[in-house]
Amino acid sequence: MKFGVVVFPGSNCDQDTLHALRDVLHQEAIFLWHKDHDLRGVDGIVLPGGFSYGDYLRSGAIARFSPLMQEVREFADRGGLVLGICNGFQVLLELGLLPGAMLRNKNLKFLCQYVHLRVENTVTRFTRRISPGRVLRIPIAHFDGNYFAPPETLREIEAGGQVVFRYVDAAGEATESANVNGSAGAIAGLINKQGNVLGMMPHPERASEALLGSEDGRLIFESLVDR
Amino acid sequence: MINPKLLSDHNLTAAEYERIVSLIGREPNLTELGIFSLMWSEHCSYKSSKAHLKKLPTRGKRVIQGPGENAGIIDIGDGRAVVFKIESHNHPSFIEPFQGAATGVGGILRDIFTMGARPIALMDSLRFGPLDQPRNRAIMDGVVAGIASYGNSIGVPTVGGEVYFHDVYSKNPLVNVFCLGLAEKEKIFYAKAEGVGNPVLYVGSKTGRDGIHGATMASAEFGKETEQKRPNVQVGDPFKEKLLLEACLEVMDKGLIVGIQDMGAAGLTCSTVEMPAKSGTGISINLDRVPQREEGMTPYEIMLSESQERMLLVARKEDVAEVQKVFAKWDLDAVVIGEVTAGRNLRVTFRGETVVDVPVDAVVNLCPVYSRPARRPARLKSLQKLVLPPPGDDFGSALLRVISSPTIADKEWVFRQYDHMVQTNTALLPGADAAVLRIKGQKRALAMTLDGNALYCFLDPRAGGAIAVAEACRNLACVGARPIGVTNCLNFGNPEKPEVMWQFKKVIEGMAEACRSFDIPVTGGNVSFYNDTEGISIHPTPVLGIVGLIEDTDRLVGPGFQQEGDAVVLLGENKEELGASEYLRVVHGLEKGRPPEIDLAREKAVHEVAIAAIGRGLVRSAHDLSEGGLAVCAAESCLIGGPGLGCVLDLEDDLRPDALLFGETQSRILLSASADLLPRLLELAAEKGVPARVIGRAGGKEMAVRLGGREVLRLSLERLFEAWKNSLPGALSVR
Repeated sequence: MKFGVVVFPGSNCDQDTLHALRDVLHQEAIFLWHKDHDLRGVDGIVLPGGFSYGDYLRSGAIARFSPLMQEVREFADRGGLVLGICNGFQVLLELGLLPGAMLRNKNLKFLCQYVHLRVENTVTRFTRRISPGRVLRIPIAHFDGNYFAPPETLREIEAGGQVVFRYVDAAGEATESANVNGSAGAIAGLINKQGNVLGMMPHPERASEALLGSEDGRLIFESLVDR
Repeated sequence: MINPKLLSDHNLTAAEYERIVSLIGREPNLTELGIFSLMWSEHCSYKSSKAHLKKLPTRGKRVIQGPGENAGIIDIGDGRAVVFKIESHNHPSFIEPFQGAATGVGGILRDIFTMGARPIALMDSLRFGPLDQPRNRAIMDGVVAGIASYGNSIGVPTVGGEVYFHDVYSKNPLVNVFCLGLAEKEKIFYAKAEGVGNPVLYVGSKTGRDGIHGATMASAEFGKETEQKRPNVQVGDPFKEKLLLEACLEVMDKGLIVGIQDMGAAGLTCSTVEMPAKSGTGISINLDRVPQREEGMTPYEIMLSESQERMLLVARKEDVAEVQKVFAKWDLDAVVIGEVTAGRNLRVTFRGETVVDVPVDAVVNLCPVYSRPARRPARLKSLQKLVLPPPGDDFGSALLRVISSPTIADKEWVFRQYDHMVQTNTALLPGADAAVLRIKGQKRALAMTLDGNALYCFLDPRAGGAIAVAEACRNLACVGARPIGVTNCLNFGNPEKPEVMWQFKKVIEGMAEACRSFDIPVTGGNVSFYNDTEGISIHPTPVLGIVGLIEDTDRLVGPGFQQEGDAVVLLGENKEELGASEYLRVVHGLEKGRPPEIDLAREKAVHEVAIAAIGRGLVRSAHDLSEGGLAVCAAESCLIGGPGLGCVLDLEDDLRPDALLFGETQSRILLSASADLLPRLLELAAEKGVPARVIGRAGGKEMAVRLGGREVLRLSLERLFEAWKNSLPGALSVR
């Protein structure tokens, strides 16, 4: 498969994501420059983590206006696979490709740490290689990861199986302390109704090699890759 | 027009002024005076430290660049090099903790990428006053948030460092920032202004009035009016710097530039004099072309501004358009503001008039060098005399107190605010003996650590200097790394005080001896004097940043016990040394005695055993003994980086029990090994002449210590964990 990793000014996980896709997953992967209007024939798009445009206004708020976002939106509308990681998830929310918004973490501090995720939906194009009920250990690194949505939206996404990852403890239980950033419903990852656009705050590219401490994130990329 | 008041405002002495007049053959105008005052400040000129710094060894077969450039460079083979340096940002961080610390990070990052290296790791050495004072909590909160905001945004992981607490830092916190970058040996760039007629380009942020006199501020003591210096602190924009980083690396990669220097302390002044001074040329610039974000700035203000995120480039005429194209891609301006000239002067014009015309050599190289008087502090003798209190018998409580001392306690509160994983190279999480970063595509890895015990240096500066080097190398040995290069940040009080100068001299002697003994070159660093507030000097605080190489990441170990039943092995010997220990400070309120002795040959042999044992896969954990001694080291091995295994230690030493448990005797490492590999480990140590013995077993959910068969300590891991884990968050959550 051919993947495109979008580079915004201020993206800083673009190289990490390319490394995971190309050197660990052995897929074709290229950078897509945010000022272009060309997806260069990719089969899947990743919006990487970072601080696009410095995130000085609201995380992801400026990046949604980048020229390439028009093509990304059309690609998503046609059913193309789009994965947004961290800042990429925030951009997807700003683009309206996923519902809800991000607030500051509940402790009002940046959080970089491993978290445990329960995979709530294992029949998506992003999680199909993960066995049901599996708890993944993947790091987060964000200031604005406290997911928020109005109650009716929350009911809808829960009912529709759109919640893909939830913050839990090591045993897989959803506790208050495991929900480190205070997200509504402890939501860590969310998919659209059509099942082709996924946003997640944790960083699977940081957990794709044993040397770095976890390989759980690779399961997400492996699910994404055609076999 | 230049009067004594003006000179004192510029921190220049009458004698220095006379020298300026004779060097340029006339009275300087105000802008020229400002230029000299910046470049002749202690911060930029090293006028009090130069003579002593010469004692540090700077040569080695791996050294590509030693002191004198933006950063040191060490060859790591395979066509690659590491570029690293440490810098202080102490004074700004006291005045405005968040921005002071943030711009410290921004400054050191520029020092690294200006040489053509991509920054891959940051570390910080932080010293604060006790957290029971609200002001100190606010400073720590701001400094940590500031470091996080800059490093996280630009995407360079903050992978380690240290945090110490002591009252001497209450009004003078220390913020020392280390950065390391990876470069291709063939694509290293220097601060050169070569090629007469070559255009000089200004890139990055526009110039404002921020930070005027930052370097002179950092070269004077603080008094009560310090709070009013807030406007002297610059404001950082990590997003702009990220663009600058990418654009600079791109023009370098394309071979489009001749020389480059960042505008750090002393801003446009520093880069326009240092670059030609190194190349035997001059520079002529027109200030009307300098991008400005404020109206009506004077030449004085433009030349002295320390606005962040700016660089000066020299390129060939034919490449200017291409350079500008790359910067435009990253939404940055690149403006030609002047050219390299044959005359060896800096010539500055403003609205058609020449406002500066001074020889660059006079500014850069002819600052007076001082050999300031040094005198051993009179009270040292009584401080070194230690009358030990009775050892007591509740060693469990003593351990809980020592391990919850903020200096020793868990630092997760700090490092989880830092993105320590971005760039996906971090192989050991913060809290280990040293940070370890893999090199993508290789089996090898880089290890790095920051170290320095200021209380040791206060009580015996020479021993303290040597131990700082020894301990940093010991940290590296515990992850299986061999040291390859040193950078250092020397934080001291006012050098005009003979006692401070004596401390400085002695610390350097100790460091130099240890570096020579371990055969590691010092490639640069930073001296921060005038860390005095209201007449009180900080403890002499050298911070050593040492970088090492690991041959095989498959064999990497951390500090934590891994397997139930593994033998716990102590390398080195226990001695009765309690002077200057954290135990005496915390439990008995004593900051006295002499620091532990250091035998550098023994130290090196201990490192060799640890490195070889790790390299051959003989051990499953390694952790160095430092503050808190054996008891703290064993407790940390139970708590950090493993599954949470307890241990039972059986000791036979005929020493005071508190000295055995908490003494900080040097040259010791705690290892754990499986029963089948244990004989090979002991044999290896014997071969190298290093004492090694099994002192216990890992396992269970308790830590217990028996002394001569009698149990002297037993604690559940849960209690230890709580004391260690909750100390910092508890102290910082008080409102």
